[in-house]
Amino acid sequence: MASSTNRIIQVLQNSQVQLLADWIKALRAATGSHSAALISDPELQAQCQELIALLPAAMQSGGFDDVTGEPWRPVREFLAGVSRSRGRQGFSPSETAMFVLSFKEPLFINLRRSFEGHDDAKLFADLWDGLRLLDKLGLYTTEIHQQAREELIRRQGEEMLELSTPVIQLWDGILAMPLIGTLDSARTQVVMEALLQQIVATRSPIAILDITGVPTVDTLTAQHLLKTVAATRLMGAECIISGIRPQIAQTIVHLGVSLGDIVTKASLADAFKLALGKLGHSIAVG
Amino acid sequence: MDRIPILRMGRTLLVTVQVDMHDQLAVRLLDDLTTMITKTRARGVLIDISALDMVDSFIGRMIADVAATSRILDAQTVVVGMQPAVAITLVELGMELPGVRTALDVERGMELLDDAGDR
Repeated sequence: MASSTNRIIQVLQNSQVQLLADWIKALRAATGSHSAALISDPELQAQCQELIALLPAAMQSGGFDDVTGEPWRPVREFLAGVSRSRGRQGFSPSETAMFVLSFKEPLFINLRRSFEGHDDAKLFADLWDGLRLLDKLGLYTTEIHQQAREELIRRQGEEMLELSTPVIQLWDGILAMPLIGTLDSARTQVVMEALLQQIVATRSPIAILDITGVPTVDTLTAQHLLKTVAATRLMGAECIISGIRPQIAQTIVHLGVSLGDIVTKASLADAFKLALGKLGHSIAVG
Repeated sequence: MDRIPILRMGRTLLVTVQVDMHDQLAVRLLDDLTTMITKTRARGVLIDISALDMVDSFIGRMIADVAATSRILDAQTVVVGMQPAVAITLVELGMELPGVRTALDVERGMELLDDAGDR
Protein backbone atom coordinates (compact mmCIF):
# COMPACT_ATOMS: atom_id res chain seq x y z
CA MET A 1 0.00 0.00 0.00
CA ALA A 2 2.96 2.30 0.54
CA SER A 3 3.38 3.11 -3.12
CA SER A 4 -0.36 3.60 -3.47
CA THR A 5 -0.40 6.36 -0.92
CA ASN A 6 2.60 7.88 -2.52
CA ARG A 7 0.92 8.42 -5.84
CA ILE A 8 -1.94 10.56 -4.59
CA ILE A 9 0.47 12.45 -2.42
CA GLN A 10 2.69 12.95 -5.43
CA VAL A 11 -0.18 14.40 -7.42
CA LEU A 12 -1.11 16.66 -4.54
CA GLN A 13 2.41 17.95 -4.26
CA ASN A 14 3.27 18.22 -7.93
CA SER A 15 0.20 19.73 -9.53
CA GLN A 16 -1.07 22.07 -6.86
CA VAL A 17 -1.88 24.93 -9.22
CA GLN A 18 -3.76 22.74 -11.69
CA LEU A 19 -5.67 21.04 -8.86
CA LEU A 20 -6.64 24.33 -7.33
CA ALA A 21 -7.99 25.74 -10.57
CA ASP A 22 -9.94 22.56 -11.36
CA TRP A 23 -11.29 22.32 -7.85
CA ILE A 24 -12.58 25.88 -7.74
CA LYS A 25 -14.27 25.33 -11.08
CA ALA A 26 -15.87 22.10 -9.84
CA LEU A 27 -16.88 23.71 -6.57
CA ARG A 28 -18.57 26.65 -8.25
CA ALA A 29 -20.36 24.32 -10.66
CA ALA A 30 -21.56 22.05 -7.87
CA THR A 31 -22.94 24.70 -5.58
CA GLY A 32 -24.23 27.11 -8.20
CA SER A 33 -24.64 30.87 -8.05
CA HIS A 34 -25.96 30.71 -4.50
CA SER A 35 -22.50 30.11 -3.10
CA ALA A 36 -20.92 32.91 -5.13
CA ALA A 37 -23.02 35.39 -3.22
CA LEU A 38 -22.05 33.93 0.14
CA ILE A 39 -18.32 33.49 -0.21
CA SER A 40 -15.78 35.49 -2.19
CA ASP A 41 -13.32 33.99 -4.67
CA PRO A 42 -10.13 34.86 -2.76
CA GLU A 43 -11.53 33.38 0.44
CA LEU A 44 -12.59 30.17 -1.27
CA GLN A 45 -9.25 29.93 -3.02
CA ALA A 46 -7.39 30.39 0.25
CA GLN A 47 -9.41 27.63 1.88
CA CYS A 48 -8.85 25.20 -1.00
CA GLN A 49 -5.17 25.99 -1.11
CA GLU A 50 -4.76 25.35 2.60
CA LEU A 51 -6.48 21.97 2.40
CA ILE A 52 -4.34 20.91 -0.56
CA ALA A 53 -1.28 21.92 1.44
CA LEU A 54 -2.41 20.09 4.58
CA LEU A 55 -3.45 16.80 2.94
CA PRO A 56 -0.09 15.30 1.83
CA ALA A 57 1.51 15.46 5.28
CA ALA A 58 -1.52 13.88 6.93
CA MET A 59 -1.69 11.16 4.26
CA GLN A 60 1.96 10.38 4.60
CA SER A 61 2.03 9.97 8.36
CA GLY A 62 -1.58 9.01 9.07
CA GLY A 63 -2.47 6.76 6.17
CA PHE A 64 -5.79 6.71 4.32
CA ASP A 65 -7.92 4.59 6.59
CA ASP A 66 -8.14 6.34 9.90
CA VAL A 67 -8.91 10.05 9.80
CA THR A 68 -9.54 10.20 13.55
CA GLY A 69 -5.87 9.74 14.45
CA GLU A 70 -3.38 12.32 15.60
CA PRO A 71 -1.66 12.88 12.18
CA TRP A 72 -5.01 14.00 10.75
CA ARG A 73 -5.65 16.52 13.51
CA PRO A 74 -4.52 19.63 11.55
CA VAL A 75 -6.82 18.61 8.68
CA ARG A 76 -9.73 17.97 11.02
CA GLU A 77 -9.23 21.29 12.77
CA PHE A 78 -9.05 23.11 9.48
CA LEU A 79 -12.21 21.41 8.20
CA ALA A 80 -14.02 22.11 11.47
CA GLY A 81 -13.15 25.79 11.11
CA VAL A 82 -14.35 25.85 7.51
CA SER A 83 -17.51 24.00 8.43
CA ARG A 84 -18.35 26.38 11.26
CA SER A 85 -17.78 29.44 9.13
CA ARG A 86 -19.92 27.89 6.37
CA GLY A 87 -22.67 27.35 8.89
CA ARG A 88 -22.52 30.99 9.91
CA GLN A 89 -22.45 32.15 6.30
CA GLY A 90 -25.71 30.32 5.68
CA PHE A 91 -24.56 27.30 3.68
CA SER A 92 -26.65 24.16 3.88
CA PRO A 93 -25.09 20.95 5.23
CA SER A 94 -24.86 19.41 1.74
CA GLU A 95 -23.21 22.53 0.36
CA THR A 96 -20.72 22.34 3.19
CA ALA A 97 -19.93 18.70 2.48
CA MET A 98 -19.64 19.56 -1.19
CA PHE A 99 -16.54 21.59 -0.37
CA VAL A 100 -14.67 18.35 0.26
CA LEU A 101 -16.59 16.04 -2.07
CA SER A 102 -16.07 18.27 -5.11
CA PHE A 103 -12.35 17.71 -4.72
CA LYS A 104 -12.77 14.15 -6.00
CA GLU A 105 -13.11 15.09 -9.64
CA PRO A 106 -10.04 17.31 -9.99
CA LEU A 107 -7.95 14.95 -7.92
CA PHE A 108 -8.81 11.89 -9.99
CA ILE A 109 -8.53 13.66 -13.32
CA ASN A 110 -5.06 14.77 -12.32
CA LEU A 111 -4.20 11.35 -10.98
CA ARG A 112 -5.20 9.73 -14.27
CA ARG A 113 -3.41 12.32 -16.30
CA SER A 114 -0.16 11.65 -14.45
CA PHE A 115 -0.29 7.89 -14.26
CA GLU A 116 -2.45 6.66 -17.18
CA GLY A 117 -1.03 3.46 -18.55
CA HIS A 118 1.20 2.72 -15.59
CA ASP A 119 -0.46 -0.29 -13.96
CA ASP A 120 -4.21 0.39 -14.18
CA ALA A 121 -5.09 -1.93 -11.30
CA LYS A 122 -2.91 0.17 -9.07
CA LEU A 123 -4.59 3.32 -10.35
CA PHE A 124 -7.96 1.86 -9.44
CA ALA A 125 -6.77 0.98 -5.94
CA ASP A 126 -5.44 4.50 -5.50
CA LEU A 127 -8.73 5.95 -6.67
CA TRP A 128 -10.64 3.78 -4.24
CA ASP A 129 -8.47 4.86 -1.29
CA GLY A 130 -8.89 8.48 -2.24
CA LEU A 131 -12.66 8.09 -2.62
CA ARG A 132 -13.09 6.57 0.80
CA LEU A 133 -10.90 9.22 2.37
CA LEU A 134 -12.75 12.14 0.82
CA ASP A 135 -16.10 10.61 1.77
CA LYS A 136 -14.97 10.38 5.38
CA LEU A 137 -13.77 13.95 5.39
CA GLY A 138 -17.02 15.07 3.76
CA LEU A 139 -19.06 13.33 6.42
CA TYR A 140 -16.89 14.90 9.05
CA THR A 141 -17.66 18.39 7.80
CA THR A 142 -21.38 17.62 7.82
CA GLU A 143 -21.13 16.42 11.38
CA ILE A 144 -19.33 19.57 12.50
CA HIS A 145 -21.85 21.68 10.62
CA GLN A 146 -24.64 19.94 12.50
CA GLN A 147 -22.86 20.35 15.82
CA ALA A 148 -22.35 24.05 15.23
CA ARG A 149 -26.06 24.41 14.49
CA GLU A 150 -27.06 22.54 17.62
CA GLU A 151 -24.71 24.64 19.69
CA LEU A 152 -26.32 27.75 18.27
CA ILE A 153 -29.81 26.53 19.13
CA ARG A 154 -28.78 25.62 22.66
CA ARG A 155 -27.11 28.98 23.19
CA GLN A 156 -30.13 30.82 21.87
CA GLY A 157 -32.35 28.85 24.23
CA GLU A 158 -30.19 29.85 27.18
CA GLU A 159 -30.09 33.45 26.06
CA MET A 160 -33.85 33.52 25.78
CA LEU A 161 -34.15 32.21 29.30
CA GLU A 162 -31.86 34.94 30.56
CA LEU A 163 -33.43 37.66 28.47
CA SER A 164 -36.84 36.83 29.74
CA THR A 165 -36.01 37.33 33.40
CA PRO A 166 -34.80 40.86 33.99
CA VAL A 167 -35.18 42.29 37.47
CA ILE A 168 -35.61 46.05 37.44
CA GLN A 169 -35.17 48.39 40.34
CA LEU A 170 -38.03 50.86 40.01
CA TRP A 171 -37.22 52.82 43.13
CA ASP A 172 -35.05 52.52 46.16
CA GLY A 173 -36.55 49.47 47.79
CA ILE A 174 -38.93 48.51 44.98
CA LEU A 175 -38.08 45.79 42.47
CA ALA A 176 -40.14 44.84 39.44
CA MET A 177 -39.96 41.73 37.32
CA PRO A 178 -41.94 41.81 34.09
CA LEU A 179 -42.61 38.26 32.95
CA ILE A 180 -43.02 37.58 29.25
CA GLY A 181 -43.98 34.26 27.71
CA THR A 182 -45.25 30.99 29.05
CA LEU A 183 -44.20 30.04 32.55
CA ASP A 184 -43.11 26.44 32.89
CA SER A 185 -41.40 24.82 35.83
CA ALA A 186 -37.85 25.39 34.60
CA ARG A 187 -38.48 29.05 33.88
CA THR A 188 -40.28 29.67 37.12
CA GLN A 189 -37.29 28.30 38.95
CA VAL A 190 -35.03 30.77 37.16
CA VAL A 191 -37.51 33.59 37.74
CA MET A 192 -37.85 32.79 41.41
CA GLU A 193 -34.13 32.53 41.99
CA ALA A 194 -33.35 35.73 40.09
CA LEU A 195 -35.99 37.67 42.01
CA LEU A 196 -34.94 36.37 45.42
CA GLN A 197 -31.26 36.99 44.70
CA GLN A 198 -32.00 40.55 43.72
CA ILE A 199 -34.11 41.09 46.83
CA VAL A 200 -31.11 40.08 48.92
CA ALA A 201 -28.66 42.10 46.83
CA THR A 202 -30.66 45.33 46.84
CA ARG A 203 -32.35 44.87 50.23
CA SER A 204 -35.68 45.73 48.69
CA PRO A 205 -38.71 45.09 50.87
CA ILE A 206 -41.17 45.16 47.95
CA ALA A 207 -41.16 43.19 44.70
CA ILE A 208 -43.68 43.54 41.90
CA LEU A 209 -44.29 40.55 39.65
CA ASP A 210 -45.85 41.81 36.44
CA ILE A 211 -47.53 39.13 34.35
CA THR A 212 -48.89 41.31 31.55
CA GLY A 213 -46.79 39.34 29.07
CA VAL A 214 -47.87 35.90 30.23
CA PRO A 215 -50.34 34.63 27.62
CA THR A 216 -52.10 31.96 29.62
CA VAL A 217 -52.29 30.90 33.21
CA ASP A 218 -53.10 27.33 34.16
CA THR A 219 -53.15 25.71 37.56
CA LEU A 220 -49.45 24.94 37.34
CA THR A 221 -48.50 28.52 36.51
CA ALA A 222 -50.70 29.82 39.29
CA GLN A 223 -49.06 27.36 41.64
CA HIS A 224 -45.64 28.62 40.61
CA LEU A 225 -46.68 32.22 41.18
CA LEU A 226 -48.00 31.34 44.62
CA LYS A 227 -44.71 29.66 45.47
CA THR A 228 -42.71 32.69 44.38
CA VAL A 229 -44.87 34.96 46.49
CA ALA A 230 -44.56 32.64 49.50
CA ALA A 231 -40.77 32.45 49.16
CA THR A 232 -40.55 36.24 48.92
CA ARG A 233 -42.57 36.57 52.09
CA LEU A 234 -40.35 34.08 53.90
CA MET A 235 -37.37 36.21 53.09
CA GLY A 236 -39.03 39.20 54.63
CA ALA A 237 -40.12 41.04 51.53
CA GLU A 238 -43.54 41.60 50.08
CA CYS A 239 -44.69 40.56 46.63
CA ILE A 240 -47.36 42.28 44.56
CA ILE A 241 -48.71 40.65 41.42
CA SER A 242 -49.77 43.04 38.69
CA GLY A 243 -50.94 42.95 35.11
CA ILE A 244 -53.54 40.22 35.42
CA ARG A 245 -55.62 40.44 32.27
CA PRO A 246 -59.41 39.99 32.40
CA GLN A 247 -59.33 36.56 30.74
CA ILE A 248 -56.62 35.38 33.10
CA ALA A 249 -58.56 36.62 36.11
CA GLN A 250 -61.54 34.63 34.85
CA THR A 251 -59.40 31.54 34.31
CA ILE A 252 -57.96 31.75 37.80
CA VAL A 253 -61.43 31.94 39.30
CA HIS A 254 -62.73 29.13 37.08
CA LEU A 255 -59.79 26.92 38.00
CA GLY A 256 -60.64 27.44 41.62
CA VAL A 257 -57.12 28.62 42.42
CA SER A 258 -57.14 30.69 45.55
CA LEU A 259 -54.60 33.49 45.49
CA GLY A 260 -55.11 33.78 49.23
CA ASP A 261 -54.06 37.06 50.70
CA ILE A 262 -51.72 37.93 47.84
CA VAL A 263 -51.98 41.55 46.80
CA THR A 264 -52.95 41.85 43.14
CA LYS A 265 -53.23 44.97 41.03
CA ALA A 266 -54.55 45.44 37.51
CA SER A 267 -51.57 47.38 36.19
CA LEU A 268 -47.93 47.87 36.98
CA ALA A 269 -48.65 51.56 37.61
CA ASP A 270 -51.17 50.72 40.32
CA ALA A 271 -48.78 48.26 41.92
CA PHE A 272 -45.98 50.83 41.85
CA LYS A 273 -48.22 53.40 43.49
CA LEU A 274 -49.17 50.94 46.19
CA ALA A 275 -45.52 50.04 46.75
CA LEU A 276 -44.54 53.71 47.09
CA GLY A 277 -47.35 54.17 49.58
CA LYS A 278 -46.12 51.24 51.64
CA LEU A 279 -42.66 52.79 51.81
CA GLY A 280 -44.17 56.07 52.94
CA HIS A 281 -43.71 57.93 49.65
CA SER A 282 -46.45 59.70 47.77
CA ILE A 283 -46.68 61.13 44.28
CA ALA A 284 -47.18 64.86 43.98
CA VAL A 285 -48.38 66.34 40.70
CA GLY A 286 -47.10 69.69 39.54
CA MET B 1 -22.69 19.96 73.68
CA ASP B 2 -22.66 23.29 71.93
CA ARG B 3 -25.67 25.51 71.97
CA ILE B 4 -26.89 28.58 70.15
CA PRO B 5 -26.40 31.72 72.26
CA ILE B 6 -29.39 33.88 73.09
CA LEU B 7 -28.58 37.57 73.59
CA ARG B 8 -30.79 39.96 75.46
CA MET B 9 -31.26 43.52 74.23
CA GLY B 10 -33.73 45.36 76.42
CA ARG B 11 -36.94 43.43 76.13
CA THR B 12 -35.90 41.69 72.95
CA LEU B 13 -34.08 38.39 72.64
CA LEU B 14 -31.62 38.03 69.82
CA VAL B 15 -30.81 34.61 68.39
CA THR B 16 -28.18 34.36 65.69
CA VAL B 17 -27.77 30.99 64.07
CA GLN B 18 -24.13 30.82 63.02
CA VAL B 19 -23.64 27.09 62.68
CA ASP B 20 -25.35 24.34 60.78
CA MET B 21 -28.56 23.61 62.61
CA HIS B 22 -28.83 19.98 63.44
CA ASP B 23 -31.91 18.52 65.03
CA GLN B 24 -30.56 18.29 68.57
CA LEU B 25 -29.42 21.89 68.44
CA ALA B 26 -32.82 23.06 67.27
CA VAL B 27 -34.65 21.24 70.04
CA ARG B 28 -32.26 22.69 72.57
CA LEU B 29 -32.77 26.18 71.16
CA LEU B 30 -36.53 25.88 71.57
CA ASP B 31 -36.03 24.82 75.20
CA ASP B 32 -33.56 27.61 76.00
CA LEU B 33 -35.63 30.24 74.27
CA THR B 34 -38.88 29.49 76.06
CA THR B 35 -37.05 29.49 79.38
CA MET B 36 -35.40 32.81 78.55
CA ILE B 37 -38.67 34.42 77.47
CA THR B 38 -40.36 33.63 80.76
CA LYS B 39 -37.28 34.55 82.78
CA THR B 40 -36.65 37.90 81.13
CA ARG B 41 -40.26 38.71 80.31
CA ALA B 42 -39.16 39.47 76.76
CA ARG B 43 -41.66 41.01 74.36
CA GLY B 44 -39.88 40.18 71.16
CA VAL B 45 -37.69 37.46 69.68
CA LEU B 46 -35.52 38.07 66.66
CA ILE B 47 -34.04 35.04 64.93
CA ASP B 48 -31.32 35.78 62.39
CA ILE B 49 -30.83 32.86 60.04
CA SER B 50 -28.79 34.65 57.37
CA ALA B 51 -25.90 32.24 57.93
CA LEU B 52 -28.14 29.21 57.50
CA ASP B 53 -27.84 27.90 53.97
CA MET B 54 -29.58 24.57 54.29
CA VAL B 55 -32.80 23.46 55.93
CA ASP B 56 -34.88 20.34 56.09
CA SER B 57 -38.49 19.89 57.08
CA PHE B 58 -37.55 19.35 60.72
CA ILE B 59 -35.68 22.64 61.03
CA GLY B 60 -38.53 24.32 59.18
CA ARG B 61 -40.96 22.98 61.72
CA MET B 62 -38.74 24.06 64.59
CA ILE B 63 -38.75 27.62 63.27
CA ALA B 64 -42.54 27.54 63.11
CA ASP B 65 -42.69 26.02 66.60
CA VAL B 66 -40.41 28.68 68.06
CA ALA B 67 -42.67 31.37 66.62
CA ALA B 68 -45.85 29.72 67.87
CA THR B 69 -44.46 29.08 71.36
CA SER B 70 -43.18 32.62 71.69
CA ARG B 71 -46.55 33.96 70.68
CA ILE B 72 -48.24 31.99 73.43
CA LEU B 73 -45.73 33.50 75.87
CA ASP B 74 -46.69 36.94 74.56
CA ALA B 75 -43.52 37.63 72.59
CA GLN B 76 -43.49 38.55 68.90
CA THR B 77 -41.15 36.53 66.71
CA VAL B 78 -39.46 37.87 63.61
CA VAL B 79 -37.32 35.65 61.40
CA VAL B 80 -34.78 37.70 59.44
CA GLY B 81 -32.29 37.20 56.64
CA MET B 82 -33.56 33.97 55.17
CA GLN B 83 -31.46 32.98 52.16
CA PRO B 84 -33.20 32.53 48.78
CA ALA B 85 -32.27 28.85 48.64
CA VAL B 86 -33.72 28.27 52.10
CA ALA B 87 -36.93 30.11 51.20
CA ILE B 88 -37.32 28.07 48.02
CA THR B 89 -36.69 24.82 49.91
CA LEU B 90 -39.27 25.62 52.56
CA VAL B 91 -41.87 26.56 49.96
CA GLU B 92 -41.18 23.39 48.00
CA LEU B 93 -41.60 21.43 51.22
CA GLY B 94 -44.98 23.08 51.62
CA MET B 95 -43.92 24.94 54.76
CA GLU B 96 -44.88 28.51 54.18
CA LEU B 97 -44.62 29.31 57.90
CA PRO B 98 -47.94 31.10 58.28
CA GLY B 99 -47.98 33.36 61.30
CA VAL B 100 -44.22 33.83 61.30
CA ARG B 101 -43.23 37.41 60.66
CA THR B 102 -40.22 37.96 58.44
CA ALA B 103 -37.86 40.79 57.58
CA LEU B 104 -34.94 41.25 55.22
CA ASP B 105 -32.29 42.07 57.83
CA VAL B 106 -31.79 42.59 61.54
CA GLU B 107 -32.36 46.33 61.29
CA ARG B 108 -35.76 45.96 59.65
CA GLY B 109 -36.61 43.14 62.02
CA MET B 110 -35.95 45.36 65.03
CA GLU B 111 -38.13 48.09 63.51
CA LEU B 112 -40.90 45.56 63.12
CA LEU B 113 -40.58 44.48 66.76
CA ASP B 114 -40.49 48.10 67.96
CA ASP B 115 -43.67 48.86 66.01
CA ALA B 116 -45.36 45.83 67.54
CA GLY B 117 -44.15 46.76 71.03
CA ASP B 118 -45.57 50.28 70.77
CA ARG B 119 -49.06 49.02 70.22
